[in-house]
Amino acid sequence: MELTVVLRRRFRPRPVGWWRLWASVQVRWGVVLLVAMTALIAIGPLLAPYDPAAPVGRPYVSPSADAWLGTDNLGRDVLSRVLCGGVYLAWMAPISALLSVTIGTAIALVAAYRGGWVDLALMRSLDVLLAFPGVLLTLLCVSVFGPQPLLLVGLIVLTLMPGVARVIRGAALPLLNREYVLWAKAVGTPGLVIILRELLPNVSSPLLVELGLRLSWSVGILSSMSFIGYGIQPPAADWGLMVSENGSGLGAQPFAALAPIVMIVFYTIGGSLIAEGAARVIARTEGKA
Amino acid sequence: MSVDSPNDSAVIGVLAWAWPLLGRLMQGVLTLLAVSLLIFLAARALPGDVANMILGQSATQDQLAALRTQLGLDQPLWWQYLTWLGGILHGDWGVSLANGQPVAEILTLGVRNSATLSGVALAVMLPLSLLVGVIAAQFRDGFVDRLFLGMSMVANAVPDFVTGTVLVALFATTVLHVLPAVSFIPPGDSPFSYPDALVLPAITVIIPGVMYLARLVRVAVIDVMATEYIQTAILKGMSPSRILFRHALPNAVAPIIPAASLVAAFTVGGVVVVEYLFAYPGIGSALVDAVTNRDLPVIQANVLVIASAYFILNLIADALAQRDDASTQQGRSQA
Repeated sequence: MELTVVLRRRFRPRPVGWWRLWASVQVRWGVVLLVAMTALIAIGPLLAPYDPAAPVGRPYVSPSADAWLGTDNLGRDVLSRVLCGGVYLAWMAPISALLSVTIGTAIALVAAYRGGWVDLALMRSLDVLLAFPGVLLTLLCVSVFGPQPLLLVGLIVLTLMPGVARVIRGAALPLLNREYVLWAKAVGTPGLVIILRELLPNVSSPLLVELGLRLSWSVGILSSMSFIGYGIQPPAADWGLMVSENGSGLGAQPFAALAPIVMIVFYTIGGSLIAEGAARVIARTEGKA
Repeated sequence: MSVDSPNDSAVIGVLAWAWPLLGRLMQGVLTLLAVSLLIFLAARALPGDVANMILGQSATQDQLAALRTQLGLDQPLWWQYLTWLGGILHGDWGVSLANGQPVAEILTLGVRNSATLSGVALAVMLPLSLLVGVIAAQFRDGFVDRLFLGMSMVANAVPDFVTGTVLVALFATTVLHVLPAVSFIPPGDSPFSYPDALVLPAITVIIPGVMYLARLVRVAVIDVMATEYIQTAILKGMSPSRILFRHALPNAVAPIIPAASLVAAFTVGGVVVVEYLFAYPGIGSALVDAVTNRDLPVIQANVLVIASAYFILNLIADALAQRDDASTQQGRSQA
């Protein structure tokens, strides 16, 4: 028993710890940005000076003391709509990202560990999903079943999950020949335990890259669908929808379309900063190895 | 891997490259069949009755029944699918339910306009990303490089309609009025007759593409410049421009070619949003119109064309990446 502990300590590399990822400036800024955005979205409806769905004046009025960001195409207060317009994104995007990364990782680790026909069957069926552009799938299904939030989440997971699985499988394959995995197999550790205790901790950095990337893409797909009219439906306030409602008024009242754009930009950049920072940590670690 | 003669190794190389590709192609045909079935079923599942929509509320039951028979809607579903698939293979794409125009005609116009847009975008994108990537690599870790890395992160994070709307605000409405915000191209006219209508949609596609590809070029150039033979060339006193154009650049092009076809695939997949934004008359906006009008034959045809193009471009990307892998492996085994 003593020997196994010594050997484990000797051969099991220290996974890239969370603290090393946190040490990356980009990761920290990304997390700060996402936390700030989520807080703003959460308390936004309380701060909103007007009802986001009710007209308060004439359409496309320029900013004034009454309406700090002016009014939109139907005379509603832009500031109130911007403050309330992230509610759907705030829960749909993180859930889509988390689900696609969790399911993708589970499939990838099982495929990599089991190998053989399990690997082949799993990855080939994901290829079929990858063959269909995500926006098209979402457009078709939403036009059939209607724009329900849960359906949108499910479709985004279907679109993003195969990519996650490909990347994580690629990261897990080289681990299978490492001493500590061979060792764990040799002493009869169950497969599930190996996957959870040996493989999973060692793909934590690519996992974080994927999570950041997929969060930013989820926000992108969700707001794009709202923008083309197949996501959140009017009269709800939603950033993507606001851009399309007020796009033709850019000349008269640019704030009505540009304010929600600023919010979308901040939200998506939060995710990609995390991805970028984690990717740099990986590059540095591999450069040293 | 030991290789007996150079001739054998070439054959093995080609086989190693072509064999998985053949498998991918077979798999691709099956995938497209599955996609066509999915499209067919999805289009059939759209709510509302087609015959009712065409004839309006005043139609009698007899008229409705007659039209359903004429459209083949009273046949079993599998038979409808096979008839549709057979028709497509024979070049008979059906007629639009909205205006009676042959689907093939609508499709030809849309494909030509969308292909023009993507083609122009790619033609600008590739040389531009080489240029930007090389410049960033030259100023590695300097101000220009950091600025580029930051901009590329933003450009790749934000969705296309955000980039496009900002461009419209900058060049068409709020700040300057030099370009049209809406791409009006009369049906039947070539987009090249209206170059200013093409500019903003193309730039919307080009910006994220360049920012993505230039990153790959930057890394490739940095890697090549660190290799021994470039270091030797520098020590020999070869001029920097000669090193760049004769040695570094050819090696930097290789990794971006498969990536470029991937970008092309994404462009095709994302065509719906950009065309909707600029009301550009391509397959993307035709699809959105058709979905709004419940125009089944047009929906099916458009989705099938976009999905096939997306699939083929992805396949090309895979093939090119695999050939690169095979040739580097072969190079290693001979070294």
